[in-house]
Amino acid sequence: MRMWFVCRFCCPAAQSNSNPEWEAKVLEYFKGQLKEKESHSWVPSLNDVPLHYLKPNSLVKFRCLVQDMFDPEFYMGVYETVDPSTKFKPRSGSVLRFKFTNTVTAERQTFYCVPIPGESPWAKEISFLSAARVVPSTSYVPSRQKRSYEEDDDMDTQPQKQREPHTEPHGNGDSKRQETEAPSSQTTAPSDCSSHLDLNFPLPGERGPACLVKVYEGLDSFKLNDTLEIYGILSVNPVLTVLGEEKDPSLLLLNPTESMETPEEQRAHDPPASLVPRLHMLYARPLQHNNPLLPSAPTEDQSAFVSSFLVEMASVRAELLAYLTHVLLGDGLAAEYLLLHLISNVYTRRDVLPLGKFTLNLSGCPLNSYTERLYQIVQQLVPCSYRLSMSLHTMNSMRLVPKKDYVANRLVSGALQLARNTSLFLDETQLEQGQLDSSGVRNITALGNLISWQKVDYDFSYHQMEFPCNINVLVTSEGRSLLPSDCQVPLQPQVTPPNMEEYLTTIHMAQFTSQINKFRVYLSLARTLDYSISDEVTKAVEDDFVDMRKDDPQSVTAEDLHRMLVVARLLSLSLGQTTLSRDGWMRAKHIDMLRRSRTEQQKSLNGNEP
Amino acid sequence: MSSPTSTPGRRKRNRDDIPATPKSTAKAGSDGLVSPPSQRRRGQDSSNGDLPAMPTSPGTDIASPAVHDTSLFSSPRRSVLPSEVDMSSPLMYGTPSSRVEGTPRSGVGGTPARQRPDLGSIRKAPQVDLHSEPPSADGAVASEQALGQKLVIWGTDVNVGTCKEKFQRFLQRFIDPASNEDENAGLDLNEPLYMQKLEEISVVGEPVLNVNCSHVQSFDADLYRQLISYPQEVIPTFDMAVNELFFERFPDSILEHQIQVRPYNALKTRNMRSLNPEDIDQMITISGMVIRTSQLIPEMQEAFFQCQVCAFFTRVEVDRGRIAEPAVCRNCNTIHSLALIHNRSAFSDKQMIKVQESPDDMPAGQTPHTTIVYAHNDLVDKVQPGDRINITGIYRAVPMRENPRQSNVKSVYKTHIDVIHFRKTDEKRLHGLDEDSDQKLFTEERVQILKELASKPDVYDRLSSALAPSIYEHEDIKKGILLQLFGGTRKDFSQTGRGNFRAEVNILLCGDPGTSKSQLLQYVFNLVPRGQYTSGKGSSAVGLTAYVMKDPETKQLVLQTGALVLSDNGICCIDEFDKMSDSTRSVLHEVMEQQTLSIAKAGIICQLNARTSVLAAANPVESQWNPKKTTIENIQLPHTLLSRFDLIFLMLDPQDEAYDRRLAHHLVALYYQSEEQIEEEFLDMAVLKDYIAYARTYINPRLNEEASQALIEAYVDMRKIGSGRGMVSAYPRQLESLIRLAEAHAKVRFSDKVETIDVEEAKRLHREALKQSATDPRTGFVDISILTTGMSATARKRKEEVARALKKMIQSKGKTPAMKYQQLFDDLRGQSEAAITKDMFEEALRALADEDYLTVTGKTVRLL
Repeated sequence: MRMWFVCRFCCPAAQSNSNPEWEAKVLEYFKGQLKEKESHSWVPSLNDVPLHYLKPNSLVKFRCLVQDMFDPEFYMGVYETVDPSTKFKPRSGSVLRFKFTNTVTAERQTFYCVPIPGESPWAKEISFLSAARVVPSTSYVPSRQKRSYEEDDDMDTQPQKQREPHTEPHGNGDSKRQETEAPSSQTTAPSDCSSHLDLNFPLPGERGPACLVKVYEGLDSFKLNDTLEIYGILSVNPVLTVLGEEKDPSLLLLNPTESMETPEEQRAHDPPASLVPRLHMLYARPLQHNNPLLPSAPTEDQSAFVSSFLVEMASVRAELLAYLTHVLLGDGLAAEYLLLHLISNVYTRRDVLPLGKFTLNLSGCPLNSYTERLYQIVQQLVPCSYRLSMSLHTMNSMRLVPKKDYVANRLVSGALQLARNTSLFLDETQLEQGQLDSSGVRNITALGNLISWQKVDYDFSYHQMEFPCNINVLVTSEGRSLLPSDCQVPLQPQVTPPNMEEYLTTIHMAQFTSQINKFRVYLSLARTLDYSISDEVTKAVEDDFVDMRKDDPQSVTAEDLHRMLVVARLLSLSLGQTTLSRDGWMRAKHIDMLRRSRTEQQKSLNGNEP
Repeated sequence: MSSPTSTPGRRKRNRDDIPATPKSTAKAGSDGLVSPPSQRRRGQDSSNGDLPAMPTSPGTDIASPAVHDTSLFSSPRRSVLPSEVDMSSPLMYGTPSSRVEGTPRSGVGGTPARQRPDLGSIRKAPQVDLHSEPPSADGAVASEQALGQKLVIWGTDVNVGTCKEKFQRFLQRFIDPASNEDENAGLDLNEPLYMQKLEEISVVGEPVLNVNCSHVQSFDADLYRQLISYPQEVIPTFDMAVNELFFERFPDSILEHQIQVRPYNALKTRNMRSLNPEDIDQMITISGMVIRTSQLIPEMQEAFFQCQVCAFFTRVEVDRGRIAEPAVCRNCNTIHSLALIHNRSAFSDKQMIKVQESPDDMPAGQTPHTTIVYAHNDLVDKVQPGDRINITGIYRAVPMRENPRQSNVKSVYKTHIDVIHFRKTDEKRLHGLDEDSDQKLFTEERVQILKELASKPDVYDRLSSALAPSIYEHEDIKKGILLQLFGGTRKDFSQTGRGNFRAEVNILLCGDPGTSKSQLLQYVFNLVPRGQYTSGKGSSAVGLTAYVMKDPETKQLVLQTGALVLSDNGICCIDEFDKMSDSTRSVLHEVMEQQTLSIAKAGIICQLNARTSVLAAANPVESQWNPKKTTIENIQLPHTLLSRFDLIFLMLDPQDEAYDRRLAHHLVALYYQSEEQIEEEFLDMAVLKDYIAYARTYINPRLNEEASQALIEAYVDMRKIGSGRGMVSAYPRQLESLIRLAEAHAKVRFSDKVETIDVEEAKRLHREALKQSATDPRTGFVDISILTTGMSATARKRKEEVARALKKMIQSKGKTPAMKYQQLFDDLRGQSEAAITKDMFEEALRALADEDYLTVTGKTVRLL
């Protein structure tokens, strides 16, 4: 099945005489088609296929994060063209002469979407491989690419603008060269494109296509930082790009419409379509996760998948635990906590309090690139992650909190603009003595807020705006972290390998890909399970708490109960149990006891720690 | 912008030129009567010359406006011309506003009109007869007009004559006895409001008449509808009407230009997000915050062309950014000989302003929208970035050009607002009360729900339990915070010289770490619309008050307001109050009692209002609350500051079994209850928000007789407690606190009267708070002097005793001029039955030194 068609948004003339419901019908048709099993894998994905291999005006999908929402714009939904026999030809671009009687003005909004920040290479690779399996026909032969260009020209009666490069020749050449490289080369040097055009990725060193998504319906259902899979019509028509350089200042004065935007704003809102393609959204699916190993849609086969996996759950957990124990130098308790941390998830909020978050502080980490290795292993397990090395320099210079740039009228992204369930790995071992400047203090405060309230206050210069988030924060430090955390586990290495690097590499290599894949599925799945507590267990927990308080009212506080409830929840989920059992509660209590005794020990060792 | 170059004779000459014009592009609306906004764009194309030009005879053109009003046509306002005359044609050379009209008339004609670029050009709006077929030629219109049929402006249902008449009637008759707007201060409310304003104009000479649209609506709903739907046509008509009226009344007054009507407060749109294509070309009012203003843009209104061959000159009016350059000189018939002379062309000021949605209007999780606003002429530079304003203007959509050189346009529009009226909403916040400007609008049903809730007997308990449900118990603290949210009644004694009484309740929470103080603060901060949250550690004095900044662009000094000023009329939550530096804390002294902030820095001396309630949280110095010490000793805050808090609560771990059990139940429930259950159990946060907002705006309780008696009694009782033991146990500050709390409690009940039950609750709460914070740990009595002087009365008594004992001891030693410090200390310890610490000893020494009895130098004590 060939799924591409002449885009309604680019060439409405084709439909203008058909009945008015065609829009709804078209949407209906595509939604119907996409519901069919497998069908979405036929659609080429912008994430995997380089832009120039894709046919303009064809249906594509894009797995992305809504980074910014631009102002709504009005456009002519329906209009009539003048008969071609007059001296003005109707053109297939959006430019035409029109009669007014049948013009309908409609509203749409543009979202600036970037690929999911911090998506692990394995997630990209797997989704790429699965996509490449099914869509080789549309794109990969260079000759086809050429033809599609020619077709383009046929449709366009103003070819002289078409070929004109929109960026200075140097930059263009660069991006050309890049694009001709093998599509799967993820590890090449960071994109040169960003040197002349800031694509505004939240994380530094990211690459991938950013996209301007034109949204026509359901505007209110989308939120900033949503992860979506968008199906839409790709448009790379260069005519749609305002030709920034050519503007004559004298004309600016006379044309009020043109002077509205500053050059910065234009660059941000109208980047060349060859770099930032436009995507006219047909249909968008919010993504619960971006793990390509799991069925993404909440359909029947997902529940079948879940129930089949639940059987294995306990055994996979044991294997994963063993693996993590090795990684954490034989510390089983820390491994247990790390596992719980990896499946934690903010599942609800009670007024300002996020429930279910479980920030782990792994203290006592060996120095010398151990943390870096640890991160690589975590990265292998979770679909989205980012390591923020908290050195003095990065804290002072990096932009963590997104900030609104009023000159360019866009939200300049920061490293804390992350998709839900991203693992943020804060490496405090990198921190050295020195002075934090004001931006450093702000960054630390932002991290503290993120950990305690799971929210980030975006800087809108005149005011702050709070955006809730759901990020798993793991802090590795030497001593107790300066950031707050839900739970601190001092690492107690049982083995001291002479060559740390070698040791970790061997552990890593010893795992088969199939095994690792199992872990990946396990971690993503455990997070999505439902969970409840029966009345009976509630009672038991209450009794227990009262007893504990009786014994030692000083050391057991409400805070501790909070934490133990979260631990109990995660522990049950990690075993695939969806209700808390008495046993689960006892276990949670037990490991928390172990952990506490360990921190006490640490305290008495260090003596003067608060 | 008015150009003085025009001469009285010009108009005549230009009219003579008419036959020379080859075409006039005027065109009757043959496309139908109803014009969607986009249709008006046709004018742009017609001037482009691709449509067949319609030759018109000048005779008809001039005749048609004459039908309405003869004085009208001689008025130089180009915008008032309701005829089908194309104003861009040379026909109208005499009328463009920017020129001093030569007619030797006084009144309307004598005053130059001023162009209104905010309204755009309406000159393409011919009138059509509603009852006849769409006229196909101008001649037809003219003839039908003669028949006296109802004429409307093309594309609208506005009849100029009727509209004008209606508006004049409105101006002459509208009375708003209930008006409380500050603009109307000093006007007689029982006289026609706008006539008084006209009088003001004649005195002050500022030719702008602001008209509140809600007045128009209440006076004539149909006129209001027309104003909203066709502002471009109706406002010039209003201008015309008001000028006629004005110059009839005040024929001798001299104005800079003709009066311009500026409507504001159009009720139609409030929120930027709700703008949609239907609002295009309509008048709207939206609120927002200015985020950027551009440089001044000179916009050409009229181009001046001079023939290079014969020096003949001509003027061409700019029509939507387009100048129809005359190709042929009409004097010498040379082709392409005319050159644009810039410094003889007329320009008007224009400024681009970007406005962003105010944060309160936004749905969660989305980014704020921005809108471009164009300000013209005297509205330029009226607003600064950061200002919160209400804008009334006309919403426009302009198609984007694909290429500035071509007339092809894209199918996407750019939208902007041509502003007619600005109204700053935060200006008054700094300098006065803002009763009406940020009144939240409640729907009838909402008010009904709120009133129903208020009528429930247990509303107080309900609301307090709805406050931060995730935080367990601490009922009294929640009640205190609830009363803080409502606040007392504002009283103004400035006439008697005492200034404002504080109406805001300040609360301090102190207690062990980890007792969810911060969470409570966060909750309150999220609940109130104008809350600020700062942490004591991270804020400096300037961050709290205000600081002066040099604007990088304009190099002007700008006063940036800090958290306390920003939370004016709101609540400022200060966490880690104890960690604040002393200089920062000292700023709070003024704020917390006088409710103002005085600033004197960098050439700016001013007093800002900071009527904010302070909700602060402090941790004990020893990280754990020491029950053996007083509050002051525990948190080490100056008592001057502490006494400014109405309520000081301790949040301690109660450590008893029943409490633990309830706590455990509460927490477990938190973790497994589903969303629905939660909602059933507690009041919605939104309802609570509205309830508070409603009570704060509409309820102003006053003390009734019994309540005042009860308050007096309560105060006298409080004083009595102390006087029995020889100490002062209450100060007038405490009485004021009681009054505030009682008023707040009455507000909770939506009651206009403070009754005895309110006083009872205020007393109870006040007592509870005192019991917690002002109990002398040594005696177990409540002792207010702990908070007011920093030392309990017993402590003071003991200090005196020690000093006396020391003196006695020294005297008993006989005449020894100098003693060893350590030895004296040991002696005293040996002599006294009670344990004497070094601190006490030193204090006693200091007391004696104050009496000039001895001096302490290093390790020796000398008698004097």
